[in-house]
Amino acid sequence: MKVHKLLFAGIITILVLCLVPGCSKKTEAPKPPIKIGAIFSVTGPAAKLGGPEKNTVLMIQDQINAAGGINGQMIEVIVEDDQGVEENTINALQKLIHRDNVVAIIGPTRSGNGIAAAPICEEAKVPLVSCAATLVQLYPGKDISKSMYRYVFKTPQNDSHCARTIYADCQKKGFTKVALITGTTAFGAAGRVELQTRASDFGITIVADETYPADATDLTPILTKIKSQNPQALINWSIVAAQGLIAGQMKQIDLNCQLYQSHGFGNPAYITEAAEGVLFPAGRLLVVDDIDSSNKQYSVLKKFKNDYETKFPDEEVSTFAGHGYDALWLVVNAIKANGADRESIRTGLEATKNFVGTAGVFNMSPTDHCGLADDAFAMVTVKGGSFRLVDAVQ
Amino acid sequence: MGKNNYIKCALFLIIIGFLPVFVSNQYYLSVLVFAGIYAIVAIGLSMLMGYAGQISLGHAGFFAIGGYTSAILTKFHNFHPLQAMIIGIVFTVFAALLVGLPSLRLRGHYLAMATLGFGEIIYVTSGAATGLTEGPSGFSGVPSIALAGFTIKSELSKFYLVWLVALIIMILSLNIIHSRIGRALRSIHGDEIASNAMGVNVAKYKIQVFVYSAALASIAGSLYVHHMRFVSPTGFNLNKSILFLIMIMSGGMGSLWGAVIGAAIFTLLPEFLGVFNDYDILMYGAILLGMMMFLPHGLTGLTTKIIQLVLSKWKTRTQNNP
Repeated sequence: MKVHKLLFAGIITILVLCLVPGCSKKTEAPKPPIKIGAIFSVTGPAAKLGGPEKNTVLMIQDQINAAGGINGQMIEVIVEDDQGVEENTINALQKLIHRDNVVAIIGPTRSGNGIAAAPICEEAKVPLVSCAATLVQLYPGKDISKSMYRYVFKTPQNDSHCARTIYADCQKKGFTKVALITGTTAFGAAGRVELQTRASDFGITIVADETYPADATDLTPILTKIKSQNPQALINWSIVAAQGLIAGQMKQIDLNCQLYQSHGFGNPAYITEAAEGVLFPAGRLLVVDDIDSSNKQYSVLKKFKNDYETKFPDEEVSTFAGHGYDALWLVVNAIKANGADRESIRTGLEATKNFVGTAGVFNMSPTDHCGLADDAFAMVTVKGGSFRLVDAVQ
Repeated sequence: MGKNNYIKCALFLIIIGFLPVFVSNQYYLSVLVFAGIYAIVAIGLSMLMGYAGQISLGHAGFFAIGGYTSAILTKFHNFHPLQAMIIGIVFTVFAALLVGLPSLRLRGHYLAMATLGFGEIIYVTSGAATGLTEGPSGFSGVPSIALAGFTIKSELSKFYLVWLVALIIMILSLNIIHSRIGRALRSIHGDEIASNAMGVNVAKYKIQVFVYSAALASIAGSLYVHHMRFVSPTGFNLNKSILFLIMIMSGGMGSLWGAVIGAAIFTLLPEFLGVFNDYDILMYGAILLGMMMFLPHGLTGLTTKIIQLVLSKWKTRTQNNP
């Protein structure tokens, strides 16, 4: 018995002793990869946004590395899932900044998470390229009269711009009575404010203004209430699952007015039979087959759509995949131009000029950390079960 | 509170004191700060559930009141964080009385239902009262806690602050449990009618412990927003209330130390495994069910069992082969 025990202890000791130097004994390591952090809502209510974002950045990482990396140095994108919860975003930020020592962070997916992440990155002096839409995340205390954070950038088009595009379309069609329905998320709340404040500029009266929670599945009570106000158009602004259900539920209760969606609708997964005829502003990625080949973005969009749908055959490319594309390429370009440390990347991002991305053409400056012009949006509709450019189908 | 608990408290203090020597990375410290914050909630909830036998499904609501009060008062009205924390406790106590007074006078699980509704009301209100809370997007820029001229901003100082608060609350709670109130609470857990017949004012004790646990949740909520330096409704939904329950159930109901262990495990585990993802609520449900069926005394119960088993085996062995 005792002999066995001794033998056992001896074997364990030898094993441990073998393991310890074994770990550190490595042949000459190649240059370590450049680490870029990414935080997306891969699961949770915004999974249809975060999922494609994650797919995209990992795909681009592979493409860049297959082509020899950045000036011979590989990149490594470390993706964290925040489930759309700010507490997780903050933990993920700490993890990426302090444990993984990333040079820049892309994401988060949702506006509320972007607002939470911005001050932390600013303080840690780590550049953040957000994939969330709201403009206020770029400003301390959500106050756009203050000067911008130095380290925070974003890729999606601005909310204000989306609201103006929708209202301009309403005006063109002669709609003066509209109803608003927004999700109670940071994105929905920001959109609601934009829609409320800009209505009068376009001679539009808001006849109903309803909200619903992120996990809502049945909107018929709200829609019934709206129906009694006889609006000419209904504008929904949210990023959660319910936006895919609205069109069908409108049909159920026989509410037959024009439905507009926000730029948060840009995932083909939201298309249903009832969604036929829906209008929403979006980047041109969704309708690449309808745009003119002379368009600046044409070749970029075509290639990205093709790459994405080849790599992920079960999925169509979405606006959000595009946000991931833009964010990662902005960072990579900044590294190429300026070098791979946090400060150089920040300066490089701010100096971005004429970068043709999926959301539009980016021209950053110290006073504009989004860099998209108003023509980044096009009006898109659903026809024959797919997204089409309105100008192309009329 | 017994010699055993003095030793445990001393051990706890030593662990807190020396942990940062081994864990110096800011990220791990930040996660441990969250663990400490949840431990404070779990201690209170454990007293309510494990000792008084009442279930609360709305502790995220009290957590939210403390959090929002601290965040709003310190950011927009320049209150000192401690003042704001105390005002938060006052609000929470008031809210807890409002919920507890009618429902705790009844026998049975009416408190669970009342708190379930209460938690949801707070969650919805925090998103809808845009003027007060800045709505669903929340706001950042909540200042750090400052104590006696020091700003508690680094992860290390936050770690010490939160865990020392947890230790103080632990000692306070252990003293309560080993006093007349604690014995009354256990008698209520055992049998309400019998303890009533013995002259225990059941309703009074139930309300007292409920208010106490709500106040602890409020303190934790204040620490939470000062740690995150951000507040929004997503941190305060029903999932959070259920997470609190799971923490104390996995740690072992009726054991305050178990509550702390449960809180630590359920903060650290998802962080390092990342396995739950979309299925977290399903996983939590399964864990809760499994715990209730097979480990009613949680992990502390399990460890005690194992120790007892090993001891008895060892005893019989030494008896057989002297």
